Amino acid sequence: MTSDHIRQVILEILERIAPDEDLTDLDDARPFREQMELDSMDFLDIVMELRKMYRIQIPEEDYPNLNTMAGTVEYLLPRLKDVAVGA
Amino acid sequence: MDQDRIVITGIGLTSPNGNSLGEYRQNLLAGKSGVVNYETRYMGPVLAGVCSFDELRYQKKKDIRRGTRAGSIAVYCANEAVRDSGLDWPNVARDRVGVYIGITEHGNVETENEIYEISKFQYDTKVWSHHHNPRTVANNAAGEVTLNMGITGPHLTLGAACAAGNAGFIHAAQMLRLNEVDIAVAGGVSESIHTFGIFASFAAQGALATHEDPTKACRPFDLNRNGIVVAEGGGICTVERLPDALARGARIYAEIIGYAMNSDARDFVLPDANRQAECMQLAMKRAKINADQIDIVSSHATATEQGDIEEASALRRIFADSHAVINNTKSFIGHAMGAAGALEMLGNLPSFDDGIAHATINLDDLDPRCALPNLVINQPRELGRVDCILNNSFGMLGINSVVIIRKFQG
Repeated sequence: MTSDHIRQVILEILERIAPDEDLTDLDDARPFREQMELDSMDFLDIVMELRKMYRIQIPEEDYPNLNTMAGTVEYLLPRLKDVAVGA
Repeated sequence: MDQDRIVITGIGLTSPNGNSLGEYRQNLLAGKSGVVNYETRYMGPVLAGVCSFDELRYQKKKDIRRGTRAGSIAVYCANEAVRDSGLDWPNVARDRVGVYIGITEHGNVETENEIYEISKFQYDTKVWSHHHNPRTVANNAAGEVTLNMGITGPHLTLGAACAAGNAGFIHAAQMLRLNEVDIAVAGGVSESIHTFGIFASFAAQGALATHEDPTKACRPFDLNRNGIVVAEGGGICTVERLPDALARGARIYAEIIGYAMNSDARDFVLPDANRQAECMQLAMKRAKINADQIDIVSSHATATEQGDIEEASALRRIFADSHAVINNTKSFIGHAMGAAGALEMLGNLPSFDDGIAHATINLDDLDPRCALPNLVINQPRELGRVDCILNNSFGMLGINSVVIIRKFQG
C-alpha cells in the first residue's frame, strides 16, 4: 500500500467511527483530536479497525504515533507496504 | 400528605404502532397492529413489534453507534417526556433528577453481536470490542439517558423481567416520597427483538407465536393463540410530587395512587394466580380503593396458554362482580418486555380524557378458561367516564407488579 492508500483507509475508518464529522478539510499535520470529537474510546476504534482489516497489532506505546494523519500514515507505511490495495 | 401524592406530568414513548401518545392512542382505538415480519440472525423470519422512531432527533450518529438500542429508545422517550412536561429543563437542578428505567434483560443483544463479529475472525478475542462493557453494564439504558441529558442525580436500570415497566414507575414514586429526587424520569424499555436468543428460547419453550398474518399473531385469551410476539419499545414519563407539579402549573396526566410488587416463589417460568391476585389486592389497599372503583384493568396476558389462564383466574377472583372492563394492549404491539408495563399503562391513560377503553384484538374464539366479565373484545368500548386504571405486569422468576393510576381530581 502507498501513503495515499493508507490515508484513504484511515479516512474511511474515521468516517465510520465519527459519522457526524465533516472530514473534508482535515489537516494531516494537526492532531485528530484538535479537529474532531475523538475520545480515547474512538481512538481505540481506529486501532481495532486496523486490527480487523490488516491483522496488525499496534502496541500501546506506539499510540502517540497515531495522533495525526501524517503520523499515522508514516507509522503504518512500513507495516502495510506488502499489503495489496483492497485487501 | 400532598407531599406523598405522585403525579405523571410528561410522556414520551415509542411503540410498534406509534411514536407519540397521540399516534399510539389513535392506532389502539383504530385496531391497528404494529406486528410485522422480521428477520433475525440465525433463526430467519419471525414476527416482531418493530419501532421506527427518529433516532437522530436527540442523538448524534456517533452516540447511536457507541451505545445500545435500549439506550437509544430510552434517550428518545426521556427527551420526549421532558419536552412534553413543560419543565424549564435548562434551569432544572439536574442533581435532583433520578432516572429509573425498567428492563427485562440487557446485554444479550450486544454480546451476540460481538460473538458474531469475532466469528468472522476465527473467534480471535483480540477483535472483541472495547465498547462491549459500557454497552452491557446493567445500568446501560438509564446511564445513556443521564449522559445525553446531563442528569447528575441517581440512575438505575431495574431488571424486573416483564414486570419492569411498572417497576420503573414504582421506584420513581418511592424515591420521590423519600425526597431522594425532585423529578423522576421513569418507565421501561426493550431492545429484545435484536437478540435471536429471546426468540429461540421462546420457540424452544413452545411459546413463540406464528401466524401467516403478522397482525393477527398476538392473540391473548383466544383459543387459537400460539405464543408470544416479541416487541421493542419504550415508555418513559416525568414523575413528580403533586405540590411541585402544581407549583409550576404542570399539566397532570394522572396520579399514581397505588402500586405493589411481590414474588411467586414457585417456578422459573410458570405464573401464579394466587400471588398475582395478592399483588392487585395490595395495590388497591395502598390506593385505598376497592375493585368497584377500578374502571379499566390493563391485563398483562401474553397469549401463552398458562399465562392467560392464570391471569384470568386472578382477575376473576377480584373483578367478577365489578364494573371494570378488561383489555389487552399486547394484542396490538406484541410483548414489549421491559417496556410492556409502561406502554400498556400509557395506552390506556388517554381514556381519562376520551372515556373509551381500547380493545383486546384478535380475540375471535374466546378460551372458556379465560372467560372474564367485561372483556373488551375486538372493538373499543365507550365508558363515558374513566377514573381509575389498574395495570398488571408479570414476569419470569415469578415477579409481579401492579400500578394503579387515577384521573387527577385536585
